[in-house]
Amino acid sequence: MPNVFAAAHIDVAQNVAFGLLAAVMAVAAIRLVTTQNIVRAALALVVVLAGVAGIYVLLAAEFAAVVQVIVYIGAIVVLFLFGIMLTRAPLGRTANLDNNQRPLALFVALLLMGLLVYVLVDAFHSRHLDALHRPLRVGTTALVGDAIFRTYLVPFEAVSVLLLAALVGAVVIARRD
Amino acid sequence: MLLNEFLFLGAFLLCTGVYGVLARQNGVLVLMSVELILNAVNINLIAFGAFRDTIAGQVFALFVIAIAAAEVGVGLAIVLLIYRNRRSIDLTEVDLMKG
Repeated sequence: MPNVFAAAHIDVAQNVAFGLLAAVMAVAAIRLVTTQNIVRAALALVVVLAGVAGIYVLLAAEFAAVVQVIVYIGAIVVLFLFGIMLTRAPLGRTANLDNNQRPLALFVALLLMGLLVYVLVDAFHSRHLDALHRPLRVGTTALVGDAIFRTYLVPFEAVSVLLLAALVGAVVIARRD
Repeated sequence: MLLNEFLFLGAFLLCTGVYGVLARQNGVLVLMSVELILNAVNINLIAFGAFRDTIAGQVFALFVIAIAAAEVGVGLAIVLLIYRNRRSIDLTEVDLMKG
């Protein structure tokens, strides 16, 4: 078992950044699922997604972080705002955003959290991300490109076809005829 | 850094998303909660990729992001169709298939 207090494992700056990001994300996620104002829920989603991008940077996955900002915050959130606008949701507080299963949903979520915490503590107790401590390479973007266009070329093309199918499907479903 | 820090954050986002999916009755808010769940999965994929020192985690996270974009497009189209037919996106009223 590695020494938890070994100097290479403390990572003060990274842990402080992680703590700040995690706290902001937790508050925003809870606001997202509890607020009674649908536009505020969309803005809380922006905060969570930006926090996830920060977490990717902490994990040395800078390409994924940039894609997260461009695709999620740039495109998907705008799509959500269009959805809110087109369904003519009231901009202020609305009373009927939650159904009558809230206690049950809370119970299920807490049960799942407890189970996951138990399993994760049991399985990965004090495992460290040692790979982040190696001398920094130029970056992982080139490796990601290599992997996508060599090893994962067929899934990549399948995703392209899937996106085209989803685009056509969305147009067919949503058009007025 | 500990691997478990990231996994706990992912687990928390997953549970928040599950709560949102179960407790919300507005269609757009349910889709937003699904996004929380997908982001929790992505954090796990990239954290395990860093743990195993493989690039595959990032590649799969990128695939998940692409599929999430497709899911939101089709999902919002369906919600829009429900709104057009029923003048409401209250999911508790969409119960035609309930026995």
